[in-house]
Amino acid sequence: MTEFLLDINGICAGYGGTEVLRNINMAVAPGEIIALLGSNGAGKSTLNRTISGLLRPRAGSILFDGRSIDRAMPSEIVELGLIHVPEGRKIFPNMTVVENLDLGSYRRAATRRAQNRERVFSTFPRLAERRLQNAGTLSGGEQQMLAIGRGLMAEPKLLILDEPSLGLSPRLVEDLFALISRIHAEGLAILLVEQNVMQSLMLAARAYILEQGEIVLSGLASELRDNPDLKRAYLGM
Amino acid sequence: MDEPLLKVDQISQRFGGLLAVDSASFEVGAGSITALIGPNGAGKTTLFAIISGFQKPVQGHVHFAGQEITGRAPHELARLGLARTFQIVQPFVGLTVRENIAVGAYLRHRERAKALDAADDIARRLGLEKYADQPAGTLTVSARKRLELARALATSPRLLLLDEVMAGLNPSEVRDLLPTIRELRAQGATILLIEHVMQAVMNLSDRVHVLAEGKIIASGTPESVVDNEQVIEAYLGEGAASHYGKDGSTR
Repeated sequence: MTEFLLDINGICAGYGGTEVLRNINMAVAPGEIIALLGSNGAGKSTLNRTISGLLRPRAGSILFDGRSIDRAMPSEIVELGLIHVPEGRKIFPNMTVVENLDLGSYRRAATRRAQNRERVFSTFPRLAERRLQNAGTLSGGEQQMLAIGRGLMAEPKLLILDEPSLGLSPRLVEDLFALISRIHAEGLAILLVEQNVMQSLMLAARAYILEQGEIVLSGLASELRDNPDLKRAYLGM
Repeated sequence: MDEPLLKVDQISQRFGGLLAVDSASFEVGAGSITALIGPNGAGKTTLFAIISGFQKPVQGHVHFAGQEITGRAPHELARLGLARTFQIVQPFVGLTVRENIAVGAYLRHRERAKALDAADDIARRLGLEKYADQPAGTLTVSARKRLELARALATSPRLLLLDEVMAGLNPSEVRDLLPTIRELRAQGATILLIEHVMQAVMNLSDRVHVLAEGKIIASGTPESVVDNEQVIEAYLGEGAASHYGKDGSTR
């Protein structure tokens, strides 16, 4: 029996003739916050798509909460409590804040919808102020809060945040990371996928660095921050 | 110093409210391998599209071999000796590899037989001769990338713009492609490349220009740009530069 919440072993994946991920090993313990870092094109989104069941791996296994999910449908994976907040937020702009949140509980935790909505509003008071506004009228930072709030509506066991800082100003990124830290402090396991390396390493306990489809570095975030190989992974020398 | 082959002067490009390229200037020396790098969304592809005549800038000038080419159409630029590859390769899948390359060679050779001969020569230089009679649609990703290079090369360019030719290749395929690109330069082409595979960039390039948020933030040798504080911050995020010493060690 595994002690990890998410346990990825030897995953290979790709599209058509293109091999993107090679032998990926990665794990997230219950309640842990992990950063998955890597430059553009390193394979982060492909790994996310594979974990969430949108892409079938060509080899390897993925265990979530003790169950094999590498052949499961995305909807089944959501029902197990692995919730993915997608890159680019993907909110529904012509639906209200409340309607967007409610869609997060479509597959899971539907019976506690009203109660969870209030919890999201207490975490993100800005959303409460705008509950009947169309989501498309929110600012970029508020839309990101909404996307995370929608993820929380499903009572996740593991929340994957895919590039939440994308397109936000440095000030908003700081606010957002503080919020992520608070959500984690309540006991939620988080996999933070980011291009913002230093700030992610300040937030996460451990990190994996993906480069050209392989994990080239991993370890405690506090140690990776001081590892000169980190710069080499990004800048090539 | 010699007159640069390509001179990009204060180029800006705007898409609605977004200033995608912000007064970018840089030069590509004749006979060099020069890289244009930068984080995701920096404006590299937009700048490439402007240089190669696929977009008109809202401001600035592009000079090639001593003449202004700003806004000239791609086919005119090809005749002048400026060719590019595309990140998403789109060969004529029903034509053979030889015929695909010959499409480029027709620019310099009117007769079919001569264009096909030129195509065979280029196929040899790029290690594609064994696929010459195969339809392009049957090629592997790595061979398709080489075919993309071959088609551009068939126009006999003085300047070859390479848009992420290494994307989608595995590390050993990348290693195999490096000597091919060096060989093209040895045979007289000047090369400007956009690339995310950083080890390859640093290994190949004489000079590197770094674009971030539409602006050129650093230019120089590979060694000098990787130690540049603005470059480190652009790639590793705010607070990273103060973390790394000038010698690349950590503080």
